[in-house]
Amino acid sequence: MKQEELDKRLLEVEGQLIGIERTAANRVYLLCESENVYPICLFLFDTLALRFVISTGVDAEHCFEVLHHFTDDACGCMVTVKAFIRDRESPEIESITPLIAGAEWIEREMHDILGIKFRNHPNLKRLILNDDWPEGVYPLRKEVQR
Amino acid sequence: MNWKMWALKKSVWVFHVNCGACNNCDIEIVNLLTPKFDVERFGIKLVGSPRHADALLVTGAGTRQAAVRLREVYRQTAKPCVVFCMGACACGMGIFEGAYHIAGPIDKIVKEVDPNAIVAYVPGCPPKPEAMISGVVKALAAI
Amino acid sequence: MQEEMEFFQLTVDGEIVTDIDVRISYNHRGIEKLSEGLQFDQVPFLVSRICGICSASHPLAYVQAVEEIAQVEVPDRARYVRTIINELERIHSHLLWVGLGGHFIGYDTVFMWAWKYREPVLDLLEEITGNRNNYGNVKVGGCREDIPDELVPKIQQELDALEKKTEMLTKAVLDDPVLHARLKGVGILTKDDAVQFAVTGPTARGSGVDIDVRHDDPYAAYSDLDWKVISQPEGDVFAKAVVRLLETLEAVKMIREALKKLPKGPVAVEVKEIPPGEGCGHAEAPRGETFHYVRSDGGNRPVRHKVRAPSYVNVPSFKASCIGESIADVTITLAAVDPCYSCTERMAVVDSRKQVIHDYEGLLRLSREKTARLKKEIGAPEMKLEDI
Repeated sequence: MKQEELDKRLLEVEGQLIGIERTAANRVYLLCESENVYPICLFLFDTLALRFVISTGVDAEHCFEVLHHFTDDACGCMVTVKAFIRDRESPEIESITPLIAGAEWIEREMHDILGIKFRNHPNLKRLILNDDWPEGVYPLRKEVQR
Repeated sequence: MNWKMWALKKSVWVFHVNCGACNNCDIEIVNLLTPKFDVERFGIKLVGSPRHADALLVTGAGTRQAAVRLREVYRQTAKPCVVFCMGACACGMGIFEGAYHIAGPIDKIVKEVDPNAIVAYVPGCPPKPEAMISGVVKALAAI
Repeated sequence: MQEEMEFFQLTVDGEIVTDIDVRISYNHRGIEKLSEGLQFDQVPFLVSRICGICSASHPLAYVQAVEEIAQVEVPDRARYVRTIINELERIHSHLLWVGLGGHFIGYDTVFMWAWKYREPVLDLLEEITGNRNNYGNVKVGGCREDIPDELVPKIQQELDALEKKTEMLTKAVLDDPVLHARLKGVGILTKDDAVQFAVTGPTARGSGVDIDVRHDDPYAAYSDLDWKVISQPEGDVFAKAVVRLLETLEAVKMIREALKKLPKGPVAVEVKEIPPGEGCGHAEAPRGETFHYVRSDGGNRPVRHKVRAPSYVNVPSFKASCIGESIADVTITLAAVDPCYSCTERMAVVDSRKQVIHDYEGLLRLSREKTARLKKEIGAPEMKLEDI
């Protein structure tokens, strides 16, 4: 759909967001608490038929962030859902793999390298770290040196 | 020089092992078989199993997961054999030095299995096919 | 004694694949973490080496993300040079794929032929950028090297020769009855599955999902050129082969037009600082969309750099396209997704007790035997490829 129509429709989930940021005309970030990530992604994928691109896990000092990147190929707009996981001790968030099969690997990867647990993930086993990699060491966390 | 070594130098059968390479070196190795470079005229042949190989062409910096496989492949390769480190990553980890998932470089991994392993180095990113041929030919002449 | 467990483990019931388990880790080098330790202008050299054959697309997507944060507009000439280099890469990557595909099904003349004719493209890239692969030609703000005007006639000459050869190959493939029998209906990825698995590139376009970053979110000089997105609806291996061959011809046309329109001027602007912010950059690599997300806190290095290669979403779709296929077809079905070459070497078929019953060599042999059988049944002549 066209950019203007997309912008209007994104407001339908405004109630579940804590903010909307725009770094460019076609780069939108929907900020939310981790509890609301699934219904927002459901809306983007099922209702608006956006394409899932990938997810990024971030170790931001005060919290963890899980960014799910979507795109509307019709107008070239990237819509990123930025979910904040406030509990740093045991970070958890709902998995979107039951909704999008293509998210399976990246959630497993974020679990490996950042230690984020994805609830209801059908197959949350090790993906990219080797078999002997020690449990509990998450290489992409800031405290881990290279 | 014993007869095994003489036979190896006459016609070297190589087995390719990718230990976490970006594929550039691997593609250049496969390029050696194509008409422009055609290494079969030197008696160099790519085989499908390490048991039939005289030399290993190893690419990649040696990730932890691949290191396990490399040690196993080296054990299975008929001796005597030469390990060729193809490319900057295999020679010394290159741009991946210090990465958390790298166990390399390749000579370190191979020498864990056999401290007397014969290792040759062909640097480049990727080494041009001419450099690879030159490296293999020079190394065999020097053994 | 048994070889170590390979990359792709296929479980079968008789001759049909019933399940797949994939173990990846062999190639994990921790690039995202390394990136946090490098300065912004050093990162392109790192990401160029993520995958040897997308080595123009990764740095381009990365610098676009950083240019988005810094709100930098690159000069027009830089946009065109970037386009030309990336389309040259697309040509030699697709020819590589055609060769490998041929090798997997037993058409070794196609393999030798395709790889012979990608050489002039690599030589051209070496003349322009200094290397056959890993060009190192982009930086934040533009390009590192310019295409010298003296070189333009030579590029055009090579393109003319390449176009003739690719047209001949395309016609030979489209007309060959054995290839039709061997590849049509094989490894079908339905449009629904293509969306569910979020695939991109020829893998998506071969299933009727006509997405292409160059068209949908234009970058470099693509919006200035006259070209079309190539897609086929069938979703099988044949469809993906057709998409790649036609894209190669389209790439030749695009480079010709870009060379004609190549504007004068500098190829870079100087960028002194990257302010705090986040940027998303994507580019259409030969395999599909390559995506980079970069976050800056105003310092010298990325605070977070997420890299997504197209194969990361394309390879898992193998689950949908491979289950239900016969084991003679698994190598070519996986190859149709065009993963890194080394990925296809790591395949094994296991039984319920995890004993390897077919390794990669065995699977390759089965694939080639199927082609030989079909050739005999159909009684078709050998494919003729002329040396032009």
